[in-house]
Formats: sequence, structure tokens, C-alpha cells
Amino acid sequence: MTAFTRRTLLVGGALLVGIGPERTALAADSPSKLPGSLPEAPRIDAWIRIGEDGAVTVLTGKAELGQGIKTALIQVAAEELGVAPDSVRLVTADTELTPNEGYTAGSHSMQDSATAIRHAAAAARALLTEAAGRRLAVAPETLTVAGGAVAAPDGRRLAFGEIAAEVALDADVPASVRPRDPATYAIVGRPLPRVDIPAKVAGGAAYVQDIRAPGMVHARIVRPPRPGARLVDVDAAAVATRPGVVRIHRDGSFLAVLAEREYAAVTAMRALAQVAVWQGGTPVPEPDALFTDLASRDATRSVIHEAGTGAPAPAGRRLTAQYRRRYQMHGSIGPSCAVAEFDGDRLTVWSHAQGMFPLRKALAEMLALPEDRIRCIHVEGSGCYGHNGADDAAGDAALLAKALPGRPVRVQYTREQEHLWEPYGGAMLTTASAALGPDGRIADWDYAVRSPTHLTRPPGAGQLLSARMLETPFPAPPPKALAQPEGGGDRNAIPLYRLPRARVAHDFVTDMPLRVSALRSLGAYMNVFSIESFLDELAEAAGADPVAFRLRHLDDPRARAVIEAAASRFGWGTILPKNRGAGFAFARYKNLAAYCALAVEVALERESGRVRLVRAQAAVDAGEVVNPHGIRDQIEGGIIQAMSWSLFEAVGHDAEGPTSRDWSTYPIARFPDVPDRIDVHLIDRPGSPFLGAGEVAQGPTAAALANAIRQAAGVRLRELPMRPELVKAAIGV
Amino acid sequence: MQRRRIAVWLAAAALASAAGLGLAAWRPALPPGGPSPAETAPDLVRQGAVLASLGYCASCHTAEGGRPYAGGRGIATPFGTINATNITPDPETGLGHWTLAAFTRAMREGVDRDGRHLYPAFPYTHYAGLSEPDIAALYAFVMTREPVRAEAKANALPFPLSWRPLIAGWKLLFVRTPTIPGATAPADPRRDPEWHRGAYLAEALSHCGACHTPRNWLGAEIRSRAYAGGVADGWWAPPLDRSSPSPLPWSRDDLARYLADWDPLHGGAAGPMRPVVDAHRAVPAGEIRALAAYVATLYGPGPDGSRTGPVDRAVATEASALTRGAATYAGACAVCHESGGGAAGGVPYTTPSLGHRTTLRAPDARNLILVLRDGIAPRDHAPGPIMPAYGTLLTQAQMTDLAAYLRARFSPDGPWPTLDATVRDVMRDARPRDPQTRDPSPRAARAGPSP
Amino acid sequence: MPNLTVNGRTHAVAAEPETPLLYVLRDELGLNGAKFGCGLGQCGACTVEVEGRAVLSCLTPIGVLEGRPVTTVEGLGSPENPGPLQAAFIAENAAQCGYCIAGMVMRAHALLKANPHPDEAEIRAALRLNLCRCGTHMRILAAVARAAGREADHGPTTTGAAR
Ligand code: FES
Ligand code: FES
Repeated sequence: MTAFTRRTLLVGGALLVGIGPERTALAADSPSKLPGSLPEAPRIDAWIRIGEDGAVTVLTGKAELGQGIKTALIQVAAEELGVAPDSVRLVTADTELTPNEGYTAGSHSMQDSATAIRHAAAAARALLTEAAGRRLAVAPETLTVAGGAVAAPDGRRLAFGEIAAEVALDADVPASVRPRDPATYAIVGRPLPRVDIPAKVAGGAAYVQDIRAPGMVHARIVRPPRPGARLVDVDAAAVATRPGVVRIHRDGSFLAVLAEREYAAVTAMRALAQVAVWQGGTPVPEPDALFTDLASRDATRSVIHEAGTGAPAPAGRRLTAQYRRRYQMHGSIGPSCAVAEFDGDRLTVWSHAQGMFPLRKALAEMLALPEDRIRCIHVEGSGCYGHNGADDAAGDAALLAKALPGRPVRVQYTREQEHLWEPYGGAMLTTASAALGPDGRIADWDYAVRSPTHLTRPPGAGQLLSARMLETPFPAPPPKALAQPEGGGDRNAIPLYRLPRARVAHDFVTDMPLRVSALRSLGAYMNVFSIESFLDELAEAAGADPVAFRLRHLDDPRARAVIEAAASRFGWGTILPKNRGAGFAFARYKNLAAYCALAVEVALERESGRVRLVRAQAAVDAGEVVNPHGIRDQIEGGIIQAMSWSLFEAVGHDAEGPTSRDWSTYPIARFPDVPDRIDVHLIDRPGSPFLGAGEVAQGPTAAALANAIRQAAGVRLRELPMRPELVKAAIGV
Repeated sequence: MQRRRIAVWLAAAALASAAGLGLAAWRPALPPGGPSPAETAPDLVRQGAVLASLGYCASCHTAEGGRPYAGGRGIATPFGTINATNITPDPETGLGHWTLAAFTRAMREGVDRDGRHLYPAFPYTHYAGLSEPDIAALYAFVMTREPVRAEAKANALPFPLSWRPLIAGWKLLFVRTPTIPGATAPADPRRDPEWHRGAYLAEALSHCGACHTPRNWLGAEIRSRAYAGGVADGWWAPPLDRSSPSPLPWSRDDLARYLADWDPLHGGAAGPMRPVVDAHRAVPAGEIRALAAYVATLYGPGPDGSRTGPVDRAVATEASALTRGAATYAGACAVCHESGGGAAGGVPYTTPSLGHRTTLRAPDARNLILVLRDGIAPRDHAPGPIMPAYGTLLTQAQMTDLAAYLRARFSPDGPWPTLDATVRDVMRDARPRDPQTRDPSPRAARAGPSP
Repeated sequence: MPNLTVNGRTHAVAAEPETPLLYVLRDELGLNGAKFGCGLGQCGACTVEVEGRAVLSCLTPIGVLEGRPVTTVEGLGSPENPGPLQAAFIAENAAQCGYCIAGMVMRAHALLKANPHPDEAEIRAALRLNLCRCGTHMRILAAVARAAGREADHGPTTTGAAR
């Protein structure tokens, strides 16, 4: 069985021939005319295919990560093409079939991919009506497209299948393409049930973990006990001869066992771990020294925003505060997994990583294979929330498949491996300082964020964990800062508020003791926490209501609208009982994606310092809404996850490395912790661009909680997580 | 049942005569009042907070899922269930009208402000050894808690034990100021101040003997056999003296780690000892070390030949029961318990092998079966061991096979003679207590996940 | 070579009695429902039912299952023809990545069997040991409440954007 047919098995549909959606000369000349991801893949058939049978296939370079993107993309395509959503087949990120849309990250999927698909589908619809107009000898403008057919005013109909052969979808999407009028939408803007859920609740094959290829072997990795340790000796003879063990693979400090059956691989892995001898390791600062260590590390400063600093600093009451955040982890419920097969010539990898094209590049470099002999196919995994172990698992599967040609290799990490080796969200420090003018407004603003990188993903081979451990290792590439306007550690470091005089700096820390990378919302979580906490501190100093204070500094009507909606629906200003507190926060993700205002109520147990989020009211403007339930679920999920981060979660570590190796050592929120209710109010903007909303709730949740704790407990917490011990210490006895 | 009823009447008779003899039953009510500002000075409150943690006040005076110190938890005793009272300063239902004098009398003599005798589930037999300043600090702490209105629940005690004056007789027989070197007795010149501090804590405030000392038929600690092992909430509280069957000696540092969280060699607390360890999170390390220094000396000096060290031996598996037990162990337990131990990079909160655990050296299988049945529920929002509850999965026979195998493999002491009976006893109420589906009461919901 | 009865069918399984049920379900019987989440009994992703009670298949050696029926999420319905509880999960959009969901469904199924009309606190207590990282909790609570024949305590929670 070839890799190709196996893929078709996986997606369970008709054959697709590869397309190579290359950027054409025209597109390269005028990329700015085309929206979304179209400049990278301007051809219609890069996105939309219509079979001879009339079946519509939609292609996207983005991947389903549990955010519901499949459903939303299908809705957009079905709306434009006038077909039933359940008749649309969707192919997600696959280096051989789909456009290269980089990573599925940064809340870009709707902005990039849905926009491209909408325009490509509109272009396809225009070509269909043209072709039908020719056949029916009527003017195309008089035709309507619905139900998978083009209909003339006199009632004559041509199904897509009848005209597909006459439609040349290999043309570029014209800049003049006109999507449908939002007033006519029948599918977009409605809560179409998620297409992927039935399989997920009933045991359908839904995940990379569920792949069972004929002849597949099961691999388990044996990792060092701590980061930086080298394998000095392993007497694997006894393990190698265990029944069912196919082989032990060692390359430098990369050690793995392959077995015919999974449980044999599990027990062999345990046995192998007993005989592996490791040495050395990278020292880590003790938790108490974490922030002094961070403050003293080398950093490069860039001033990312400066306004009105020509004039001297105004007089006024000045406030300064420092905020800190400990390492936190993705903690996917399913440890990473990948399947790879090398047929002696070509390598195929099934992975739940966020970027199939960058992964392919990294694998090519690591294995010294040309990229065109590697195919990476995205298959869903457990939710990742950023750069977790998925790429590493794909790298391991590729290494092992290369060593065992002809047999598909399935690599499954253990819980402990996922916890210990995933790249964490980095520890951060921020300093905010501001002067309040006599009018009770902010007259001067000075802010600095000190942060390590938030991007150590492939394409560099050295970004793959095992590649660094090989006999001939690939060193980790030097960390890079992500540029504004999106930013990395400095994401959302520039407030959206009107500030006559402001300076914002990013101190990029080049080296960190623990491995770090992208965790949902990157620096925005910490920057919004800092800015929105500090805004409350300023409002308090000015004697102003926090919501009114925010509005006083905001011009953007959409920002004002979410704030007003959240405040009024929450019942902002109502007097709460003792030990309850309300908190407010607002952000526009990356200052260019969705808007989110959040009001929360917390209950405090003074004796223990425990804080419980009781209810949350969010108001969100994500531009045009494709699936309201999809956005609601992202906001609800974001609030609960960020609540868990903010109240409970810090990666434990000692001088030897992380000590958070499972759920007993990295506790997260459980059912009794989640709020009584979360309400999400959506402000729909039909006809305006999609604004990514998948990460917008993270920062506001942290800040709203801190602000609510301030009200409930009378203390201001400036460190994440705000664990009960911290709250209690601040309250005193 | 029958036996208990007889014990109850015998107890009543004995106590009544003692009460009569002493004519000590009547105690006056003390006038109402409250703390003066000086009596709740912030420094005093802070001290009191640490002391309250070391006295584990919250673990009895807080109902599962209830407001701290508002009472309501039922304390199971051999004589019936005693419900802990509300010790928040609520004027009607708590200590709102208590003066320091009333509080001191309650702590030392077990008499409440109204003059009623308190059941000795409240460990005044130990608190009698508390220093005056410490009682004042505890008073300062308690009187500055948030007042919570919560009526005390009636105790479930059979008549005649529900008749409180009987307690006076009991006290006459059993309440003595504890002998604490350096506090109520002369200091021990061979010992350092840390040890003396520990002695004071262990004997008075932390009342270790309340669980770890055997009790007589009237429910009083047998002083002559202090720390020879007792019972708590249906669990075996292992001996802390030289009769401890622990496979490894307990050094001060081992104990300090155990009491603060977890010891990589001996393991950690389960059952009713877990709330004790949880309470230590709010206690300065020095106090824990002191406690450990004292308790370590109870064990005697190092290994004395009786401790064989951890055992892990091949089990002859001709017996099919042991074969079955071995398979269950391999599929259910080994993934964690043979990972090499948390300290060596294995699964966190595991020891190098089960041979390190005192539980498998116990005189009977009670603790083992209890922990197998209920597992160890995850702590709320804090690191701590998690173990699934096997009570929902394993049948009594399977539980017995597993326990027999564990004992054979990890203990040199031979099979537990009463294993079948212990399993039957402990598993009897396993089904109604199924933590996941049957009984959603907070208590049951705290048990570990079932495998 | 133990016999295993799963979703009403008995299989002779070519695996040692110590083998955890999870691997047998997934690898020998080709069932996807039970998931490997931790293998340590800490997350609930592998939850199935044995004799109607929720257990963690990752730590259930098949040797203890002789003659005891096992139900997995596949036994409650199929993607095309979901059972009532599964239908409630679908109706409430009660999955993001969905990796925890089969375990949630099974835990909830065992709960409803023992207590057909749990209140919200009882649902939360029953699901306490199952972890979800996507934050799908509100949807899951709504789905279980729906299956129990009532609306979730928190009612409808989206406003605006209704077209
Ligand atoms: S996989 Fe079984 S409990 Fe996590
Ligand atoms: S839906 Fe992703 S872990 Fe629960």
C-alpha cells in the first residue's frame, strides 16, 4: 500500500491529484490586490475543485486543531458556491495537495484561509455562471447558483457536474472577484454543527493516534532524565531479544525501541530506560531565583513604539509596577504521536503539528532528503494550543522510518515525555510606569517587556528535539524575535489606548534555561495581563471606575462597543457580597485581530486564598461571524484555559530541570473549578473582514481575574499564576 | 453491634461512678465577652495561624466542601459520631462570645463556655500541655476568622454516652497534663532546642499520639504504650516507636520531607494523614524539622536489626492466586510503581519499589486495601500524588489475589493471616461508595479515579 | 489467552492477562474510542465501562475482565447513528479537539445509569477526575444535562450574531 492511497483511506474520499499550487508571475507582481492567503496561492484550483460528478472539494493549508476551522471553512465555501455544507469535502494541510499556508497559528486561519477560499469560491462561481450562460445562451448576470446547480430565470438548470469540464479552475482568482452580498447569506453566520464531532464522540477514526497501517511497528522513545543529559552507555542486548521487539535504535543520545505490538513497545521502553546510563545536564535556576535570573540575562532592546517623547515628561502622579509570569505548559491531553513511512525513496509523515510545510523543510534538512521526496500530511491530534511535542514526534517517526524502510512507524510519546520535553511558554517580566495628568487621564506611559523567544518551531532541523541529540547533532538555531505588528514576546505590548506620550520597549532575552516556544497567544497573555492590571491600578489612583477609565482613553468605536456590551450585560457596578469581586479587562488581539472585553466575578475564600471564577461575560467582535458557536466555543475554551493558567499553573522546576512530569505535578483546572456560567456576546459585522478570535480571551482573562481579586481580597497580585498561596500571602492571616 | 452495646454500658457505668466519686461534673458557665484589641494584635494572629496549622484545627472543624472552621465534620469514634463545632467567632453559633479565659478552659480542660463537657475527640488531653502564650495566639487567630453562621450538628452517640456529665468521670480517669521535656517537665540535657521544640509540638499541639497511640476500651490513650500504633478513621496509624515495621529507618530529614510533602524513599501520606501533611504547607520548615527531629528519636537509633530494608523478591507462582495477582500488578501497578521512583526520573510520587512502603509490612492488609479501594484523589490545585481507585474494578477475590502477591513479593513477614476477612470488611461498602457514579457526596468525589 | 466481551461481542484475545485493556481495545480490536492520555490513571481519556461502571482502561489488566462485559463509546452508537448521550454531545458542540470526549461520554454514561437525573453539582463531581485541556467544560456540562432531560443550569450562553 502506498502512502498516497493510505491518505485517501484516511480522508475517506475520492482521489485527488497533486497540484503544486505555485505562485504565478502575475500574483508575484500584484500580491497586494488579493486578500488572505491568495497571494501565496492565487489559482482557483489551489482552493476549490469541482469534480465531473459536481462534487466540490475545498483545500486549505490550515489544519483542524479543535478550533472548528473545518466547519467554518466549509460554511464559507458552501455559501459562495451555493451547495449544501454536507456535500463539501475538505482537505486540510498536506504538502502534496494543499496550498502552503505556513503554520496554523496566531488566529490566522479565518483571516488567511477563509478569505482565500471565499474569493476562490466566488471566482469559481463566476466561471460556473459564465459556462452555464454560454450553454443556456443567457446573460450570466441573470443566472442564480444554488443547490449545486446554476439556474436560469426560465427554470432551466445545469448541475455543476454538467458544466465542470468547461470550467477552467486553473486560472488565477481575479482581483475583481465579487463574493456574495452578506444580506443573502443562508449558511454563513449560522451555528452549523461541527462536522468533526460525530466521529469524535462515537469512536470514528479522527486522530493521528488512530492510524493503523498494515505492517506498522510501534515505537517508543527513551529520553534522558533531564534536559541536556547525554547517553553514555546502554546495554540493550537483553531488551533487543525480548519477544516482539523489532529493534533498538540508537543514534547519539536518541534512543528508541520498535516493536510489533504496542504493549511490547511500552514494556521494552521501560526495560530500556533501566539500562540506559546518562550523564550531565543543563542547570536551571531554582524557582526562587527564576526572576532574578531572567532579569540578569542578556537581552537586546528594541523600542517598538514611541510617541510624543519629543516633549519633556509631564508632571503628575506617577505609578510604577512590575509583573511576572512563570513558565507554563501546553499540556495537551493526548501526548504527541506521529506515523511515518519510508519506501526507500520517499518519506511520508502523518502528523498533528501546526505547519506541514515547515515540518517538511526541517525533516529534509535532518535526513538530507530533497523536500520533494517528503510528504507531510496533517491529521488531527489532541488540542495543541501552540508548539507542543507534535513536531518532535514527527521528527522521531521520520528518523525511525528512515532506519526501517518499508514499514510504517508509529511513535507515541508518554505523558511524562510530553510534559517534560514540550517547549513551554516562557517566563516573562514586565515593567509599567505611567503618569496621571490633572484631568485624570494618562499623560505619560512607559512600558517594557522582558521575554525570551516565543517561536522555536521548525523549519530548522535543530528545532526538532531529537535532531539535537544525534551523533552528529543539529544545533538549535539562535532564537529570533517575531517582528511587530504581530510580535512575539511583545505581542500586544502596545496599548490600544490613547496615550499622548508613550514608549514601549521589548527586551528580547536570547537564551533561556528551559526550552520555550509558542503557547496560545504568545506574549499577549502576559502583556494584556500587565497592561490591563496596570490600567486598573491607574483607574484606582484616579478614583475612576475601571470601565469608564478605559472608555475615557479609547477612540476605536469597535473597542468601545465590546466594552460597553460586556459591562452592561454583566451588570457592571452592581454591589457584590463580601468576598466577591468583579474585574474587567479588554484587548484587541495583536491590535489587529478580534476585540474582546471581559467582565468576571470571583469568589474568594480568605482562609485559604482560593479564588473561584464564578461567572464571566465576554463581548467579542471578530468581524464577520461565520459560525457563532465556533467563536463562542473558542472564547469559552480560552477563558477556562486561561483561568487555569492564571490561577493554578506553573511549571515546577529545580536545579536539574522541570519537575512537572505529569498531572500530579502539574495540576490544571477540573470540573468543580469551572465557572457557573460563561456568556459570550458576539457583535457581528457582516461584510467586514474576518478577525481571528482563537486566542483573544487569554490575556483579558488573566487581567480580569487579577482585577477581580483586587476587589474581592483588597490585594493586587502581579504574578502569574495567582495560586492560593500567593493570594493568601498577600491577604495575610 | 452486641459487643459495642455492652462496651457502651460498661463505659457508662465506670464513668458515672468516677464522676460521682469526683463530684466534678459541674462546671460554671463563664461570662460572655470577646477579645480586647491587644488580644488580637497582628503578630499574635500570625503566630496563631501557624499554630492552628500545626494543631490541624481545620481538618476537624471544616466540613468537606464547607467554610473553614465552621464545623460540621463528623468524627467517627468507636462509640459513635461526634460532630465538630463551629469555631469561627460567630456570636450565636460560634465562639463570638468567648473570652480568652473561656477559650483557655476549653483547650486545657475540655469544657465549653457554657460549662458543658466536651467529648475527647477534641484532643484537650494533649492541648492541656500548651503554653499560655500559644493558647493566646490560637485565640487571637480563631477570633479574627470570618464569622460564619453554622449551627452545630447533633452528635450521633447512643445513650448513655450522650449524657455529657459522664465525660467528667472520664477526664478524672484520663486527663493529665502531658509530660513534655522542656515545657511541662525538665529539659533533657542530651537533646538540643530543636528536639525540645518538636517534643512540645508532637505531645501537645500536633497531638500525634491521638492517632498513633493505642487506646483502651474507654477510648483513652494508653500512656504506657505511647506511639505503639493506633487507629484513625478506620485506618491503621503505624507505630512511631521502635516497633515500627517500616522497612527503612526514618531519619529526621526523611520525616521532615514526609511531613512537608513526600519522601522519595518512604513515600507519602494517605488516608487521614493526608490532611495533616496538607496543613503543613502553611508551616515554616523549621517547625516541621523540629517535629521530625523529635519523632525520629521515637523510632530509636537507626536500623536495629529488625528492619530488613526494602524487600523485592521473586514470588513462586505455582499458586494460581499469586499468578493472577502478579498479572494484575504488572498491568495495573507496575507502570508507576516500577518506574524507578519519582526521585530517579520515574513517575512522580512513587518510591523506588513498593518494598519501601510500610503499608506492606503492616500487621494486616487494612491500609493496603483501603488505598487500593479508594485510591488517592488529586489535591485541589496543588501538586500531590494521584492514584486510581480500584474498588470499582477489582472483585473481592481479585483484590485478595493482588494483596497476597504484593505481600509475598515486598515483605519478608509471611502472608497476612486475616487477609480474606480484611478484604471482605473493607470492600463491603465499596459499591455504594463508588466515587464516580453512586455517591456524589463531596467525600466520595474526593476518592481517586477508578482504573 | 483471555476472552473479552466488548460491546456485546466476545473475542479470544491473543494477549497476556497483564496487558492493559486500552492497548487491546485499540490495537487488537481496532476500537478508537478509548484514548491514551497518560497511561497513569490521571486523566480519564481512556475511560470505558466494566459491568456498567466507569473504569480507566489504561490500568485495567484484561486478566481481571474474564466474563465481565466491557462497553466502549463505540457500544453507545456510531457517528452515523449516535446514541442519546452522544447525540447530546453533538447537539451541544461538546468537543473542541475532542480527545478527552470519549472518556467524558463514558464517565457520564456510567453516572446516568446510576443516577438518571443528576443535578449540575453531581455532574461536576462525577467528572472531576476527567481532564479537558481545551476548556470544553461548559459544553460538556450542557450535554450531560441535556441527556439527563433538562437544560443546563447556565442555559443558552450566546447572544448577538443571530442571523
Ligand atoms: S489514559 Fe488512562 S487515565 Fe489517562
Ligand atoms: S476537547 Fe480537547 S481536551 Fe477536551
